[in-house]
Amino acid sequence: MFYREAGDFKTSYEADNQTFPIAFDRYRYWAVLAVAYLVIPFIINDYWANAIFVPFLIYAIAAIGLNILVGYCGQVSLGTGGFMAVGAYACYKLMTAFPDVNIVLHVILAGGITAIVGAAFGLPSLRIKGFYLAVATLAAQFFLVWLFNKVEWFYNYSASGQINAPERFVAGVPVTGANTAPWAQYLICLVFLTVCAIVARNLTRGTLGRTWMAIRDMDIAAEIIGVNPLRAKLSAFAVSSFFIGVSGALFFAVYLGAVEVGEAFGIQKSFLVLFMIIIGGLGSIFGSFAGAAFLVVLPVALKVIGVDLLGWPTDIVSHLQLVIVGALIMFFLIKEPHGLAQLWRLAKEKLRLWPFPY
Amino acid sequence: MKDAQDSYVTPDGRTIGGILMDMRNITLRFGGVEAIKDISFNIREGEIRAIIGPNGAGKSSMLNVISGFYNPQEGEVWFRGAKRPQMKPFQVARHGIARTFQNIALFEGMSVLDNVMTGRLNKMKAGMVSQAIWKGRAEREEVENREAVEKVIDFLEIQAIRKTPVGRLPYGLKKRVELARALAAEPNLLLLDEPMAGMNVEEKEDMSRFILDVNDEFGTTIALIEHDMGVVMDLSDRVVVMDYGRKIGDGSPDEVRNNQEVIDAYLGVAHD
Repeated sequence: MFYREAGDFKTSYEADNQTFPIAFDRYRYWAVLAVAYLVIPFIINDYWANAIFVPFLIYAIAAIGLNILVGYCGQVSLGTGGFMAVGAYACYKLMTAFPDVNIVLHVILAGGITAIVGAAFGLPSLRIKGFYLAVATLAAQFFLVWLFNKVEWFYNYSASGQINAPERFVAGVPVTGANTAPWAQYLICLVFLTVCAIVARNLTRGTLGRTWMAIRDMDIAAEIIGVNPLRAKLSAFAVSSFFIGVSGALFFAVYLGAVEVGEAFGIQKSFLVLFMIIIGGLGSIFGSFAGAAFLVVLPVALKVIGVDLLGWPTDIVSHLQLVIVGALIMFFLIKEPHGLAQLWRLAKEKLRLWPFPY
Repeated sequence: MKDAQDSYVTPDGRTIGGILMDMRNITLRFGGVEAIKDISFNIREGEIRAIIGPNGAGKSSMLNVISGFYNPQEGEVWFRGAKRPQMKPFQVARHGIARTFQNIALFEGMSVLDNVMTGRLNKMKAGMVSQAIWKGRAEREEVENREAVEKVIDFLEIQAIRKTPVGRLPYGLKKRVELARALAAEPNLLLLDEPMAGMNVEEKEDMSRFILDVNDEFGTTIALIEHDMGVVMDLSDRVVVMDYGRKIGDGSPDEVRNNQEVIDAYLGVAHD
């Protein structure tokens, strides 16, 4: 009843172009931001931060990044894990080489380095499409993991082959290392996610986003309109890799603290993020959030229900989780290829007419 | 024939200018097949030029040569009095050549508005940073171009569907949206590949009216391929007739109508 355009008159194109044209949506958006920034940091504890919030925030950044490439530009990529590893290792090298520089800058620079690497691995997309491109990016995944294992310079010749995040501060508060408070972990990831989501939204609703979607929907027609396919595809790879690099850097520095590349950034990570955007919704920023939340919360919820409530053995529950995720992917591919975001859109369309659908 | 550079006035009072695009001895081969054989014709500024011919005559190939999809093995394309080097389609677009497709080629996942906005891509130059923060040039351009796009939307009478995803639209409207997208680029030369294919009489009348209005109001030069002879004869100033990759007629609709070779190609020749 409150959710409609009626009575909410737009008198300028600026007002019509805004992200949430419906007033109710705008209030909801500010409410969510207020809760995320003003409530959760005060009540968060170690378990909630480590099990749900921090991984959700970091995966949401990665999902937004991959969604730009796969959902908006239509270029399938299985190299997400590899690109996250680039972000993590770039961040590590920067942190150890320039210990006096702020970690925030390091994370952004790590994203920039990943963007360059991503654009380089995006070059085959000019010639090949679909499955063949997926295989080419799969090569990137394996190559990058191999590279970070093989070349000792990347992990500063440490005996274990791991990289460990040294302690770094933002405004006097430790955000990496062993002494980090849960709320500090949470807040730094939240700030990055907020900025990334806003930037992603702005890019996808503007010229660049239309260029990407044009390439995705009909590349021949896009070219005839004046889209340079080389620039469109490489910019999608670069922007997408930037976000994925940022998430990889946070995943290593803030969340895990110590990383072994094959374990943390293996092919499973690529599939996990891809599943997030398939379940969440391709070509939707909201879908990236929904998919990340779903796949982060699902294992925790299953564990709570299966192990704690029903008393099943842990291994059965963890296998059950694989089965459920697999079944869900098939379900979404068949019933709703546009994912949770489409369900959300349909609900909103119905809500707009409620309670008088005629 | 009026082949000189100077302009002339048509019977209905429109001024036709000098030669905008000149195709000189174009030959296009696919392997052993010669799709276009040594064809020359020109398109004058401000005119409506039709390309007709039976199926497989090479009409669409000709349009693809103009818009840069195919590079002819022989011959030269002259645009605005200068020889055009080999170009990619997106470079051709920057010269102000827009087109529609025989099988609609819209961006199905985007709204009508976004589709038409995409047509103005070459007018929007804001950098990535400006777009990312949605301030300054990007925001300004978005509004300016939106105004231009709304004019096109008004012109083609598709206001009501501007926020609808294109995938949900019926065929006739899709054709119109595609025309809108091409018009949004403010082209000097508009190429229409069978703009009326698959339409009923009413839709054809609408589309004919739009084509005449575009030519009249914006002075856009139009080259179109069409099978409906009535439409072609009524709309166009000059007609090129192709058959089996050769040019068999060129001139005003009346001249073409009375050309023996053209009659033979369309009606067949008695073999005795």
